[in-house]
Amino acid sequence: MFDTLTLAQLPPEDEALRPAVRAFIERHIAAIPLDRRARSWQGFSAEFSRALGEAGFLGLTLPKAYGGHGKGPFARFVVVEELLTAGAPVAAHWIADRQSAPLLLNFGTEAQRQKHIPAICRGEQLFCIGMSEPGSGSDLASVRTRAERTEKGWVVNGQKIWTTNAMHSDYMIALIRTSGTSADRQAGLSQLIIDLKAPGVTVRPIVDLTGDAHFAEVFFENVELGEDALVGAEGEGWKQVVAELAFERSGPERIYSSAVLLDAWIRHLQAVGRSDCAALVGRLTAELATLRAMSIACTARLVAGESPVVEASIVKDRGTGFEQELPLVIGDDLAAHPDEAVSEELYRTLLYVTHIAPSFSLRGGTREILRGIIARGMGLR
Amino acid sequence: MDINELLEPFVRMLDAAAAPATVRAIEHGGSPDALWSEIAESGFLDALVAEEHGGAGLSLAGIEPLIEALGARAVPLPVAETMLARAVLAQEGITAPEGPIVLVTSMTQPVPCGLVAKAALVDCGDELVLCDMAQLSPAPTGVTNGLAARISGTPDGIRLPRPASGLRAIAAVLRAALIAGAAARLCDVTTAYASERVQFGKPIGRQQSLQQMLALMAEDMIACRIAAQLGASQGIGPSLATAATAKITTSAAAPRIAASAHAVHGAIGISEEYDLQLLTRRLHEWRLADGSEGYWSQVLGAARLASPQPTVDWIRETVFA
Repeated sequence: MFDTLTLAQLPPEDEALRPAVRAFIERHIAAIPLDRRARSWQGFSAEFSRALGEAGFLGLTLPKAYGGHGKGPFARFVVVEELLTAGAPVAAHWIADRQSAPLLLNFGTEAQRQKHIPAICRGEQLFCIGMSEPGSGSDLASVRTRAERTEKGWVVNGQKIWTTNAMHSDYMIALIRTSGTSADRQAGLSQLIIDLKAPGVTVRPIVDLTGDAHFAEVFFENVELGEDALVGAEGEGWKQVVAELAFERSGPERIYSSAVLLDAWIRHLQAVGRSDCAALVGRLTAELATLRAMSIACTARLVAGESPVVEASIVKDRGTGFEQELPLVIGDDLAAHPDEAVSEELYRTLLYVTHIAPSFSLRGGTREILRGIIARGMGLR
Repeated sequence: MDINELLEPFVRMLDAAAAPATVRAIEHGGSPDALWSEIAESGFLDALVAEEHGGAGLSLAGIEPLIEALGARAVPLPVAETMLARAVLAQEGITAPEGPIVLVTSMTQPVPCGLVAKAALVDCGDELVLCDMAQLSPAPTGVTNGLAARISGTPDGIRLPRPASGLRAIAAVLRAALIAGAAARLCDVTTAYASERVQFGKPIGRQQSLQQMLALMAEDMIACRIAAQLGASQGIGPSLATAATAKITTSAAAPRIAASAHAVHGAIGISEEYDLQLLTRRLHEWRLADGSEGYWSQVLGAARLASPQPTVDWIRETVFA
């Protein structure tokens, strides 16, 4: 079962990227406090992303002809691993670099590629993904935002919600119904690029339980788009989205969301000289090491040119379970020693991760949806 | 060599020689000699022995799928242990004794397959000792159908240098691969059963609650496979950290996998005549052998806490070294 998902190694030429990206990160994030770093890939800094692009660490998997670096998914793994474990603020470029640019490369027209991919590689064009709607969460095929054909292109009406970074983004690639009705399910859906500065677009940030506003609701009222807004083929949106989600779900961001907290806790244990929780440290270390090997194995399927939809779901479900367990067991360990002082920074980091952790198994497909995908891969549905 | 060129004849041999009826007969006290002869004659026992010593010179990573195949068939003989022992002995220029060899990493814990072994390679703390099994007075544990043996006495025999991380680390990696193999087979048979067994007018595998449970089982199975492969990636002298990772992941998953397999099968799964129990009993035995997840978590955690490096850097440089 899932026989091709086996141990793989990062090639030396991609490992060679590590020292340079580490040096870059150290220069740029030394002043950011831990509880900000714990935002991981929800930490936003347009300046950091542009500097990262300038330093040559964006668009690693994209062709040189479009401003990328012509490397493979293993190179991206190395760079992303360094960014995430350090807690660098990567949100600004994250979606564009991970999903939008590969999507445009696979399905976009030459003009779309030229317009967007080089700017994405420079960290200058920021993208968001318009999927969820008020009535469409896990049941994505029920989206009701519509685009109608006009003489010049399309006119869009409807609403997206829970869209990560919509308020900072230049463009949204939205899953939209271009024919039929919700009853037609996956048929009749298309992906369109929407300029978020176009007349008729309203973006309202939504504040989350930690006080951050990393997602938003987006309203479309007679938004006029050109012919060139359509990505790929009309009515093929569902298939394209599924391929895109394999990119979203397979990366190391699904195992390292709580890495900053883990390191902060271990530094605390070392500072107070306590080893009564060595077994817990060992268990968590083994789990993280195994997840890393699983994530590299999944990356190897991307390298082989596959779209590892089921394999990515396996890594994401297990990885987010680990990310969610960390703040709970660390909180228990610290509070089990009530006479031991905990720094304010570690306490804030712990509570931030504790509060935001439910989102780990919501974003990019819920736990239950992923297990359904795995069960389908096992032939059970 | 393509792994399938190696694996296919091995699996064919095992399927013919170690059918469930044979496994049961040996567990019930029957002679393992015929099965051992088949395995010995296949030539695979010297897979890890260097070519200059007359072996196949394969790496542990290269033959890890063979160990999984042994685990998947609940083979009631210490085949992986013998392969490892023969390689270690050959390295020292020692001719291995004929017959099954077990690895003894504790004098106080039961030794899996101890009742069917002819010799033992014992970790005495400062050196390894190769001795006849009889010297250790192997005795049944009293667990029904168990082939593990209680041992006693002081081993006396050929002495050889102890590897840096001891015998327990490599033994743990072999256990991890056996667990991974049994886990894979349990996933296959449990998924197949869920697709066939009809209740409430449809296969039980159509129920979402079962699908979610089986998806988790598959995740554990994949984690076991990859952790075992990681353990085997450093050859027959793994670092403590790598061996610990392999054994913690597989030992922690083993009872969950066994529990899910039984939950899906219902009452028939716990009956003696149904093959499921051959595998689930071994999962529990292998979990406890050569250090459980608790033992190795202490070892790994102590090593981790001794380093000032960030966790992922430390993992990369020790576990993935």
